[in-house]
Amino acid sequence: MQHRYSRQTRLKSFGEEAQSKLAEAKVLIVGLGGLGLPVAQYLNAMGVGTLGLVDQDVVELHNLQRQVLYSEKDVGRQKLEVAHEKLRQQNSSTHFDIFDTFLTKDNALELIGQFDVVVDATDNFPTRYLINDACVMLNKPFVYGALHGFEGHVSVFNLNDGPTYRCLYPTMPSEQEIPDCNDNGVLGVVPGIIGSLQALEVVKLVTGVGEVLSGRLLLYDGLSQRANQIKFGAKPEFKKISQLQNAYGPSDCERVSQLSSDNFIAMRNSKQNYTLIDVRTPQEYDQYHLPEAKNIPLDQLEDSNLQWENPKEVYVICQSGKRSATAVKLFQTKYPNLQFHSILGGMNSLEAISHNI
Amino acid sequence: MTILLFGITKDIVGSPTLSVPTLSATGKSIPKTVKELKEFLGETYPELNKLSSLAVAVNNSYANDDELINAYDEIALIPPVSGG
Repeated sequence: MQHRYSRQTRLKSFGEEAQSKLAEAKVLIVGLGGLGLPVAQYLNAMGVGTLGLVDQDVVELHNLQRQVLYSEKDVGRQKLEVAHEKLRQQNSSTHFDIFDTFLTKDNALELIGQFDVVVDATDNFPTRYLINDACVMLNKPFVYGALHGFEGHVSVFNLNDGPTYRCLYPTMPSEQEIPDCNDNGVLGVVPGIIGSLQALEVVKLVTGVGEVLSGRLLLYDGLSQRANQIKFGAKPEFKKISQLQNAYGPSDCERVSQLSSDNFIAMRNSKQNYTLIDVRTPQEYDQYHLPEAKNIPLDQLEDSNLQWENPKEVYVICQSGKRSATAVKLFQTKYPNLQFHSILGGMNSLEAISHNI
Repeated sequence: MTILLFGITKDIVGSPTLSVPTLSATGKSIPKTVKELKEFLGETYPELNKLSSLAVAVNNSYANDDELINAYDEIALIPPVSGG
């Protein structure tokens, strides 16, 4: 019989029974980057019935060396939209649930609650810890994959009584401690390998075929082609989480809210109430600054204790837009209930646009 | 004592493995527990002290700080990695 899945159903230990379990499975893939794409492509090809896709990023040129589903013409488009379009062409019988958002503490429980298995294909610690905590609360297993240079880590966390991410790493590292792919670099093929391993773990988890990588951390090194496995156990204190944390910090790769200088000027002219913080050095500030700007140099920001006159919208400016982006990340961690925006291009672009300022 | 290094620890040390002498020529005491090993390495590589979560495995099993180690053990330092 001509059967779409015959090459895997003829495997004696897999068969029609495992195939029908795949068809019934609902898998949520968080992140459609280097890891998430191979996961999505293979699970979709193999016949997983329902795939949930979460991402709010846009395809950028420097993504293409490892995110091989995207083409040059997709640069600038929503990853979610491009991936959805291509995956539908790949398998028209898959049901897709698409979520045009980043995973946040406000939507994590609702989204994850709709699925059987979660794939952590993110690129930052805050989202990884959020996925862990939400999965522990909802009693869902999640398939973890993460990269560092030529190296990849894979495990299945929170499967029944099995250990969680926090059993290995109780405390979330700070943003400065460990670099991400954007800062550290990653060789294009490595996420393809690690993402494929994650897809395999999802299949095993869903079908019950083989041994799931629960309680074991797989460490793969592409340079030496060596793989190590570390055994670890559950710690009872990390198996009980009754609520999500108030804040998981800004995601490294989640965009800092940026505002173009044009939009800032338009907002400024509309006479809205806002707070403007200039994070340049006092010397730079003294030379010239916007009249309403309050000076808090970047290096003093951690120790600053601010009383907000306007509690909602805060704009942050520097000379070129780089320091203000860093400042927004720091501010957002310190004051998670306020909304901070970095002004793109900083004072340089304001000057270029208007001499009236 | 052989130490396998992963993630950022490999970058900090600048090599995928590290060998800790089992007889101390320097007069420093040899680490006897995971905790002592972390302190021992932290003196040479202070950047390691900054890691808020650092998993250590002894002979391929996760080890708590109080676990005893000896010269024949293979140790792995496994910090969390974030890329994706």
